[in-house]
Amino acid sequence: MTAAGTHTQPKARAALLSRRHAETAFLLGPALVVLALLFVVPLARLFSLAFIDPAGPFATFGVLAESAVYRQVMWNTFVVAVMVTALCVLLAWPVAYVLSRLEGVWFGIALYGVLFPFWISVLVRTFSWMLLLERNGPINRLLMSAGITEAPLALLFNNVGVLIGMIHILLPYMILPLYGAMVRIDRRLLLASDGLGASLVDTFRRIYLPLCLPGLAGGATFVFLLSLGFFITPALLGGSNAITLSMLIASFVNDRLAWSLAAAGSLALLAIVLVLMGLAARLLPIERGLFAR
Amino acid sequence: MTQSVVHTGQSLRLTGVSKSYGSFRALEPTDLDVAAGEFLTLLGPSGSGKTTLLNLTAGYVEPTAGEIRIGERDVTRLPARHRNIGMVFQNYALFPHMSVGENVAYGLSVRRLPKPEIARRVGEILSLMRLDGFADRAVQQMSGGQQQRVALARALVIEPDVLLMDEPLGALDKQLRRSVQLELRRLHQKLGRTTIYVTHDQEEALVLSDRIAVMDGGRIQQLGTVDDLYDRPVNAFVAGFIGESNLLPVRVLSASGGQASVDVEAFRRTIAVDAAPGTAAGEPARLLLRPEHVELDRNGEGVAAEIVEVIYLGELTQLTLRLESGQTLAARQITDRALRAGARVHVTWKPGHVRAVPHSPSKPTKTEKADA
Repeated sequence: MTAAGTHTQPKARAALLSRRHAETAFLLGPALVVLALLFVVPLARLFSLAFIDPAGPFATFGVLAESAVYRQVMWNTFVVAVMVTALCVLLAWPVAYVLSRLEGVWFGIALYGVLFPFWISVLVRTFSWMLLLERNGPINRLLMSAGITEAPLALLFNNVGVLIGMIHILLPYMILPLYGAMVRIDRRLLLASDGLGASLVDTFRRIYLPLCLPGLAGGATFVFLLSLGFFITPALLGGSNAITLSMLIASFVNDRLAWSLAAAGSLALLAIVLVLMGLAARLLPIERGLFAR
Repeated sequence: MTQSVVHTGQSLRLTGVSKSYGSFRALEPTDLDVAAGEFLTLLGPSGSGKTTLLNLTAGYVEPTAGEIRIGERDVTRLPARHRNIGMVFQNYALFPHMSVGENVAYGLSVRRLPKPEIARRVGEILSLMRLDGFADRAVQQMSGGQQQRVALARALVIEPDVLLMDEPLGALDKQLRRSVQLELRRLHQKLGRTTIYVTHDQEEALVLSDRIAVMDGGRIQQLGTVDDLYDRPVNAFVAGFIGESNLLPVRVLSASGGQASVDVEAFRRTIAVDAAPGTAAGEPARLLLRPEHVELDRNGEGVAAEIVEVIYLGELTQLTLRLESGQTLAARQITDRALRAGARVHVTWKPGHVRAVPHSPSKPTKTEKADA
C-alpha cells in the first residue's frame, strides 16, 4: 500500500501539474488570442509600415530626423511632458500629504475631491478650459478687473493652455500613488529620526523623501507617459502653435495620408518612452524605498 | 570596554508635569526624580499614563503644565531632536531603506561628525551589541531579537543623556524575552546610563529595575524598590499588580501611626495589623495576605477552611481554600502529599504578614491616546 503510494505520488503530481498548465493555458487562451489579433498584429503591421517606404527602409526616420520642424515638435513634446510631470509633482505633494494625514469623513471628502474629475469626460473638461481661458473668458476678465494685467493674456493656443489642461487632467495620477506611499510610512520612523537629533530638513531628506520615492516614481512615470502621448487636450488647447508628437502623427494620417511617416513617428515615441523608463528604473533607488511597510 | 562608550547619563527631574487631551487627563500632575545612571521602570496596565510620561520625557509630546529637566538643562519646551535622548520603540522603528550600519550611524551623521569618527563609534557599538559583521545587512534580514539590538545600538551610539525604552521586548517571544532581559541588565550595569523603561510585564520590571513606578489612572501610584512595592504596597492596586495576592474586603475600625484595627468579614474576626498610610476608619480598605504567607495549622488554631483545589507545581503546591464565610483564598505551600482536596484545615498567619491597604479604586480612564 505505502510502496504503491510513494510510486504513484510523483506521477499523480506530474499529472496534476500538467492539468494545471492546461487549465492555465485554457483560461489565458481567449485573452491571448484577442490581444494577439487586436493589438500585437496591428502594432507589428503599423511598425512595419515605417520600413516599407518607396524611398528605402529607413527613409522615414531620415525625414523625421532631418526636418527642423519635426525635431522642434519632438523637443516640444518632451519639454511639455517634463513640465507637466514636474508641476504635477509640486502640486500633488501637498494634496497627497494632507490626504495621508486626514481621517474619517474629511478623508472621504478629500479623496472624492481628487477622484471626482475622473467622472467627467476629458473632452468635456478640455472644452471647459477653452471657455475659461479665452481672450475674453472669465479668467482674463478677473485678472484685468483685479488690475493684475492691462491687456488680456494669451492663455489659449499655446503651451500655457496645454500645461493647464494637461495638469488638470493628469494630477490625480500623481496624487494617488504618492498618497499610497505616504500613508504607508510609519510615523514612528519620523519620531525616531527626530529623537536621534535630526533637523526637520534631515528627517525630510533622509527618511520621508526616500520612503515616498516609490510612489513619486510611479506617479511621475504615469504622468510623463500619458502626457507624451496625449492628444485631445494639446490638440484643442494648444492648436497649431503648440504641436506635439501625437498631433503630428494624427496629421500625417489624416491630412497627408503618409502612413509610413506616422508609423515611424509612433515607433520613435515608443523608443523614447522605453529608453526613459529604463533609465528611471536604473537611476532611482526605488527598490530600497519599497521595503517601507 | 573602550573609554568613549562609557558615559554615564544625566539625572532627570519632572516637576508637576501633566498632560491633557481636551477634557481627557492622560497624566495627572506628576513629580519624578531619576538619579544619573538609575534604571527606572514605569509599570502599569495600558492607559495608565506610562507611555504619555515617556513621550513627555522624550519630547514627542508637550506637557500641559510642569517642568522637565535633564541634568541642569530645562528641556520642557525643547523638541526631541534637541534633548539628546535615546529612544527604543516597541516595533524598533528601524529605517527600512537603510542598512544596519546606516541605521546605527544615523544619529551621528545628522550631528555632522567626521566620517572616520562615525565609523569608529558605529563599529564599537555594533561589537558591544554582538552585531559585528552585520553592518551591511538590510534590517529586514535581521531576526526580531537582532532588530531589537540594532534599535538599542542606534539609541546608545549617540551617548544619550537619558535612554528611553517603550516596551522594547513586546514583539519578542517569551524565551527570547528572558534572555534579552538579562542582556539589558548586563548592558545597563556596564554602561550605567540613565534609563526609563516602560512595560506592563511585572516580571520584566522586577528583573531590570533599580526602582519601579507603578502607574494607574494617569498617576504614579507608588514609586519604590521591588521590596517596597512587594512588602509595603501603598494601596490595593499596587498590592494586586505586583506579585500574587489575596485582597480581602475589611472594615477599618480605627487607624493611627501605621497600625489599624480591622474587621475582617472573611475571617469573622477583628485583628490588629500594619496599615499603609491613607488607611482610615470608615474608608474602603483591603487586607493583603500573600499566598506564600498563608499558613495551615492542623491543631485547630485559626480560621477554619476547606481545601477545594490542589495544583502540584513540583516543589510548591498551589491551593485554593474556601473559608467558612464562603470567601476563597489562594495559598502556596511546600509540597505535602497530605494536602488533598476536601481536607479540612485552619488558616493562620504571622502578624507581620498581613497588611491593611486603602482600596483606592483606579479612576476609569479612556484608552491612552498617546499610546503610539
